[in-house]
Amino acid sequence: MDRPPTEGHIIRRYDGELDHLRLNVLEMGGLVVNLLGNALIALKTQDEDLAHQAVAMDYEVDQLEVDVDQEIAKIIAKRCPVSSDLRMVMAVSKSVSDLERIGDEAVRIAGLAIQLIENEGGEPNSQMLRDVNRIGDMAMSGLRSAIEVFDIWDEEKALQVIENHKAMEEEFQADLRHLLTYILEDYRNIGFAISVVLVIKALERIGHHAQNLAEYAVFQVCGEDIRSQQP
Amino acid sequence: MTPTLYSASDSDVSMNYDAQKQKSHRDASRLRKRIFSAVREQDSVEDDSTVGNWSVPAPRISCRNVDVNYGEKQAIKRVSLDIAHNEVLSFIGPSGCGKSTLLRCLNRMNDTIPGCRVNGEIKLDDEDIYLNHIDVVPLRAKVGMVFQKPNPFPKSIFENVAYGPRIHGLTATKDELAEIVESSLRRAGLWEEVKDYLDHPGTSLSGGQQQRLCIARTIAVNPEVILMDEPCSALDPIATAKIEQLIDELREQYTIVIVTHSMQQAARVSQRTAYFHLGKLIEVGDTASVFTKPLHRLTDDYISGRFG
Repeated sequence: MDRPPTEGHIIRRYDGELDHLRLNVLEMGGLVVNLLGNALIALKTQDEDLAHQAVAMDYEVDQLEVDVDQEIAKIIAKRCPVSSDLRMVMAVSKSVSDLERIGDEAVRIAGLAIQLIENEGGEPNSQMLRDVNRIGDMAMSGLRSAIEVFDIWDEEKALQVIENHKAMEEEFQADLRHLLTYILEDYRNIGFAISVVLVIKALERIGHHAQNLAEYAVFQVCGEDIRSQQP
Repeated sequence: MTPTLYSASDSDVSMNYDAQKQKSHRDASRLRKRIFSAVREQDSVEDDSTVGNWSVPAPRISCRNVDVNYGEKQAIKRVSLDIAHNEVLSFIGPSGCGKSTLLRCLNRMNDTIPGCRVNGEIKLDDEDIYLNHIDVVPLRAKVGMVFQKPNPFPKSIFENVAYGPRIHGLTATKDELAEIVESSLRRAGLWEEVKDYLDHPGTSLSGGQQQRLCIARTIAVNPEVILMDEPCSALDPIATAKIEQLIDELREQYTIVIVTHSMQQAARVSQRTAYFHLGKLIEVGDTASVFTKPLHRLTDDYISGRFG
């Protein structure tokens, strides 16, 4: 893949349109990474303001998704993309909807953070949150790598993201068991534990969406649809 | 009780963990091979060979190592290609790539061009059409042709269609001839428009109608194969759509080869697509896969509008 995927058309405006599409996805990716980062920090540091900021960022993400969808409709109508261009447009179209969902999950985490901060008032539950930090890091690194793979194709990294999600699922199961032991220890932990379960579930979903993003990148570059074919 | 239950299931997990990990490594490398072999395939394609499925079982037309020279200039270089029954095969490629030349070879239209030599083998239903004893007149009835510009004879609509069956002696009576004319015009989707004007000159029709008249003229002599050399390039979009619909209907009875400069037309009408470049057949494959995942870089560049 020696040529940038959007370049080389005789009609140069077409290059520009595809490039713009690509940049929009990257911008959306950057926003979503920030959103998730803020939500996780807010949860970790009990920073309610930061959590509210994260919730507010989702509007921009949603707006970008709408913009990209409109651009895609225009490109299909005007340029009839084929071959690698067609695969790129399809990959972009699917990627933005996954990015938007990642944004939603991150907002859910921020919302739960706000709830925890308000209700629990700094109860000694940092141990339960330790699991969240670990799976949170995994989700974050998966998401970052997936966006990097979309930006600059890297087959190793793409496979890593796809592999990463399996590890995340295992982590998710282990965390569930772990949280259950806290509940068994003391029933008063139930409320908090349920919130933590919702957070780690959201993170697990984000990992899954990151895997989807990597799969779209594989489709774009290799023309292979590898969804639901993973071992 | 409960804690032991948990530790038991934990140890189960850890017991299987290594085995699982090994399996997952194996699966990952298999996946890797599957995904990336396609990319490597594209990178390693040699420029001289045709990629894709150029051959089909039981072809109607088969070309093997066809070379065509116009004097010193070689227009087609070692092209091997099969054309199946009841399929529409489109030839695409930049101007001068040899697609029209190869099309014309399929019914020996190049015979009349001075200095044109055709080497290699072209078989229609397993019979070599370039053997000396082959009479080109019945061959061209079997392999009909429709040209870029509609070219009706300067005669009536009826005579345009009736001419072929008459000279080939396909009919015994006037009624039979009228029947053939009607059914050909019907199959060409023109009957309803011209049935009351059969004695009007063919040239009085619109461009799209003239082209359909030419198609009716071609199918009147009961061909097996229809060659079309950019049949819609002089037509408006509506007339083009009518011809494309007609091609789709005719496919049930005939084998159709179409040369087109419109890639979208190739994508719309054909089941297989062949891409030519500088006299070489670069790639042949199912139209859908050629337009979504071409194997050769040149095909990719051409269809996505990167050179031409």
